[in-house]
Amino acid sequence: DAAATASAVVIDGSTDTLDGQGDTTAMVGEDTAAPQGKFGLGRAALPEEIAAWDVDIMPDGRGLPEGSGDVWTGEEVFADNCAVCHGDFAEGVDNWPKLAGGMDTLDHEDPLKTVGSYWPYLSTTFDYVRRSMPFGAAQTMSDDDVYAITAYILYSNDLVDEDFTLSKETFFDVEMPNAGGFIVDDRAETEYPLFSQDPCMENCKESVEITMRAAVLDVTPDEDGEDTGEEAAVAPAADDGTQVASADPVTLAPAAAAPADTAAATEAAPEATEGAAPASEVDPALVASGEKVFKKCKACHQVGDGAKNKVGPVLNGIVGRAAGTGDRFKYSKAMVEAGAGGMVWDEANLAGYLAAPKTFLKGNKMAFAGLKKDDDIAAITAFLKSHP
Amino acid sequence: GPDPLITDVQDWATSTGAGVDATPYGLPIEFESDVVRRNVEWLTADTISSINFTPIHALDGTITPQGCAFERHHSGAIELRKEDYRLMINGLVDTPLVFTYEDLERFPRENRIYFCECAANTGMEWAGAQLNGAQFTHGMIHNMEYSGVPLRTLLNEAGVKTEGKWVYVEGADASSNGRSIPLEKAMDDCLVAFKANGEALRMEHGYPARLVVPGWEGNMWVKWLRRVEITDGPVESREETSKYTDTLEDGTSRKWTWEMDAKSVITSPSPQMPIRHGHGPLVITGLAWSGRGAITGVDVTVDGGRTWTKARLGAPGQDKALTRFYLDHVWTGEEMFLQSRARDETGYVQPTKAQLREVRGLNSIYHNNCIQTWWVNANGEAENVEIS
Repeated sequence: DAAATASAVVIDGSTDTLDGQGDTTAMVGEDTAAPQGKFGLGRAALPEEIAAWDVDIMPDGRGLPEGSGDVWTGEEVFADNCAVCHGDFAEGVDNWPKLAGGMDTLDHEDPLKTVGSYWPYLSTTFDYVRRSMPFGAAQTMSDDDVYAITAYILYSNDLVDEDFTLSKETFFDVEMPNAGGFIVDDRAETEYPLFSQDPCMENCKESVEITMRAAVLDVTPDEDGEDTGEEAAVAPAADDGTQVASADPVTLAPAAAAPADTAAATEAAPEATEGAAPASEVDPALVASGEKVFKKCKACHQVGDGAKNKVGPVLNGIVGRAAGTGDRFKYSKAMVEAGAGGMVWDEANLAGYLAAPKTFLKGNKMAFAGLKKDDDIAAITAFLKSHP
Repeated sequence: GPDPLITDVQDWATSTGAGVDATPYGLPIEFESDVVRRNVEWLTADTISSINFTPIHALDGTITPQGCAFERHHSGAIELRKEDYRLMINGLVDTPLVFTYEDLERFPRENRIYFCECAANTGMEWAGAQLNGAQFTHGMIHNMEYSGVPLRTLLNEAGVKTEGKWVYVEGADASSNGRSIPLEKAMDDCLVAFKANGEALRMEHGYPARLVVPGWEGNMWVKWLRRVEITDGPVESREETSKYTDTLEDGTSRKWTWEMDAKSVITSPSPQMPIRHGHGPLVITGLAWSGRGAITGVDVTVDGGRTWTKARLGAPGQDKALTRFYLDHVWTGEEMFLQSRARDETGYVQPTKAQLREVRGLNSIYHNNCIQTWWVNANGEAENVEIS
């Protein structure tokens, strides 16, 4: 009825105050609600503007663009853009989300929720991939590629055959296995009656026994902010705090049992300084501006003390280093071959690569659209040089 | 003997201190440098898509300073200038509109205090006691005074058509984090906020403008709000299907579980806040809140629930805002099992972990509002435990 109240005000068109209607704070005697009505502010949104931002896809397919993509194209596009986090077969890398598998696990301990096992609508996959992926280069893929990736994810989940092509026309040929697996919030009926009883205040129980202790698990970060779990590799698969939460504490515990990962210490050590610029060449202003540009890279790369390999390799000492030779990073075949063939990240090669990663070195797996401005490339090169 | 801090003339009583403007925008004094947000590294693959925790153990009162209020990003916190900010209202409206930041400041404003809690708060504790500290078990929450424009005012400006039943809200960042909200809620108490606790929003909380969705899960409080689309149904985005749905024991999942249930936690004593003083007066304190209205009472037990005592509220409970409670206790060194139990104005009483598990099983991840237990030993040290 709040909606009804509000629309009444629109019709009324007055800017009178509402006498507390719509006011959610219990205050007596004072009207705290803002005046309502029309204010003549803002401007009409242009059709091109709406088209640019209104890209959501409804569950019934409204909003789907023209275009199409098949499973085989999808496999290639996925390998180039998605596999670095989600694995070649959508099986997930480290803590990044698994996109395939987990069928019939929802009523088990630690269910595996993937596009195949959990997502109720295919529209969600297309919508999400198009607006938010790949991580660090969102909104850079063509609609055809998004169709292809979606088709490949379906294929990885055994939901379509290898000759399947996804488009507006075939979108609803795909049956999502868990489409019927959801109910609307029923807490008001199932929980409120149980959880609104008068609580016991005295003599409520005979004895109190400890049944579980957090100290036994020892997964709490210590005072210095360091993690007691050694490495992400031993942590449960998840893409955010929420999914991890589902993990059984016993599976969270291996941090305590796992051998200390010496790789962390190795990675933290500065790279060899071969090819690094002498300090005199470094322009501090350019380095500072390069640090800002580096924000674009941070989704995947770390640099500086304690830097670790993430989606992309540590970039300490990258200027002057042979391609594909960062410590303990799993490079694409193309990158390793380039390095073996003598390619060194000198300024010219870096500039070419940063301007157009995909075309500069075919088959490499950096999912980054490229830096458009030469100034940005110069700045970032200076910044990287400052981390020998 | 006499206290030299009194009998000796101290440096600070002889020489002078810092002048004005020493810190034009100040940070807490160095002695409080441990009161900071903390991350649990093993939870997520990357801090760019992650969450950290408010140091609720070390705060008092109810207002969370922005500088230590938890952060949750899906594609990192972006720097968006007011001048570059645009908010579009489109979809089932009479006139699709675009507002600038300046436009927002010209609409009548309201001030409201609300808590914002991540649906996954306490999620790591579903299966058992796991993290040692109120910051980690309950710190995905903050409570601020927001200044902003009711969303209803902006929707009225565009004119909602009668077919409009939902709004879809999205952010300007790479994740866009879109969510569907029923029109009733949008027209009721949602705000487009640009100030919190009197100052501009911090970057990590959505500068220059975010959505405030009182009492509902934090994921819906879209940051860097760029678009509100009026639709005839929910979009069923990634964040409302594959995430933020609650899987029950039989594998069925609840969706649209927007409201945050009544909940409380003792913030001190707690694992990060051991009792350092001796026997005698002890202030037991904590926070209580409910997404369904005001807190009307909090009970505290020191003996694991054999007997309960009504706590004293720091101030009367406010609608969908944090309430501070105190139990002024005399501690004689006895082992304690501390728990708190909140009650809200609808008569809902915070359940035990066993009661919740009975209804929901162990795989729900989100909306864990169970009663928390701290075991305090004779030395005053506390541990996160589960008890019978």
